[in-house]
Amino acid sequence: MQHTEFAAFAAALHDPGAPIPEGLTAPQGAPLGERFAVYRNNVHASLVDVLADRFPVVQALVGAAFFRAMTRAFVRTERPRDASLFRYGGSFPAFVAGFEPAGELPYLPDVAQVENAWHESWGAAEAEPIGLRELAAAPPEQLLRSRLGIHPAARLLRSPWPVGSLWSAHQQADPDLSSLAWQAESVLVTRPQAEIHVQALAAGAASLAAALLAGATLEQAYDAAFAEDPALDPGQALRVLAEAGLFTEIIVP
Amino acid sequence: MSPHTPTLPRGVGVSLKALHYRDALAGPRGPAFFEIHAENFLHPGGPAHRWLEAIRRDHRLSIHGVGLSLGGNAPPAREALAERAVLLRRYEPDVFSEHLAWSSFGGEYFNDLLPIACTPESLARVVAHVGAVQDALGRRILIENPATYLRAGDTIPEPEFIASLVRASDCGLLLDLNNVVVSAINHRFDPLRYLEALPLDAVGEVHLAGHAMREDSTGQTICIDSHDGPVQAPTWALYRALLERTGPLPTLIEWDSNLPDYATLLAEADRAAH
Repeated sequence: MQHTEFAAFAAALHDPGAPIPEGLTAPQGAPLGERFAVYRNNVHASLVDVLADRFPVVQALVGAAFFRAMTRAFVRTERPRDASLFRYGGSFPAFVAGFEPAGELPYLPDVAQVENAWHESWGAAEAEPIGLRELAAAPPEQLLRSRLGIHPAARLLRSPWPVGSLWSAHQQADPDLSSLAWQAESVLVTRPQAEIHVQALAAGAASLAAALLAGATLEQAYDAAFAEDPALDPGQALRVLAEAGLFTEIIVP
Repeated sequence: MSPHTPTLPRGVGVSLKALHYRDALAGPRGPAFFEIHAENFLHPGGPAHRWLEAIRRDHRLSIHGVGLSLGGNAPPAREALAERAVLLRRYEPDVFSEHLAWSSFGGEYFNDLLPIACTPESLARVVAHVGAVQDALGRRILIENPATYLRAGDTIPEPEFIASLVRASDCGLLLDLNNVVVSAINHRFDPLRYLEALPLDAVGEVHLAGHAMREDSTGQTICIDSHDGPVQAPTWALYRALLERTGPLPTLIEWDSNLPDYATLLAEADRAAH
């Protein structure tokens, strides 16, 4: 096979209207187009399956038929660059945000973000989290001037929609959304040991986490959190984040 | 290659899937070895690696690559080889295998095993690519014969192409008997004659899997390499014919989708062992 033959095969995999590349053969009488379609179907259906595994809550919210149509459209625009499919699909939430037929569900992209955060957390590098005891052992003045090392499996999402509650409700077989409060939510995803934890954060704690994730010192992060929630209990907020397994070390300046 | 390249035990192993991690670790009865897909473990950490590390402590392991595109127009990327080298150092598998197929072109990965043309030009390319993998991994690898739905312009019969590849690369052969059956149905050849044209002394592992028969619009049969069910009669028959010629070989029950419970999977392995 020459370069042009690989190119023609590749192009025909994506375009059902393209002619079957020259040089391909099937036994006498066997329809060549149907043989080629096996490959075309394998390539697309397997990627749709990857996304269905990755975004089950999105699928539950829109239904299987809509989800398949949406993922097929995604696969047409965005394809894997290498064989590690762990790395494929990270841009799906952004695609959902721009997918007009899904516009009636404005929270859908953020739900996809939560599922993508869960997936990234699942496969992130190992690290040993530090807890409240290690933080408490540091001299308070020094701790305020320090930054905190963030666990590689930690992800934070701040949304105007109750995405944490939507996600949690769908972890049961028959999700009950009747008592859902339609308000902003922040979601912290962590993996302190083997298990992935998804929890909703109050506004002040979320603001504190966002600042620490962005590399602020604890003092700067407290300022940001107080600006958002003047009634914040800073010790309690830091405890919540530490117990979730967000931190790996104290980085003393 | 190193004369100390490890080999799999001459028993029956099974594919290791997340659904079965708990059962696989619990034992006490287990298969002769487990096989994983390299591409499912290229992420750095987390629960899948924790399970595999725990299971590896008590079990032999085969790592099967599905994505290096050795039949492609370009050599495998340096980063792709480096990632697999890291994986192999982490788990020290008894064998690493890859496919006679292509799956990447122009910076895009197609999640399927696409057919190559068996020609002298393509042989030279695959020999170079296999050599690059063996150099990067520091070990002899096995190459799996393909299952195909159409031909891409062969000028050399496929088993002869494989024999030349094995000779020129000093690689081993992963003989997938289901692939032989699937291709034999789709291209209407005699699977036993195909088998006899292969370098059977180079077989380091055998794959057995299920396939699915479909009818095309003209009423003719097309056989799909589906890996979604029990091994079927023609594949068992070919397996018996192989073992008559070679004696026992490391053999995998390859079951990738529509997974059964663990006991059913082990029962399928028992069928191969008796």
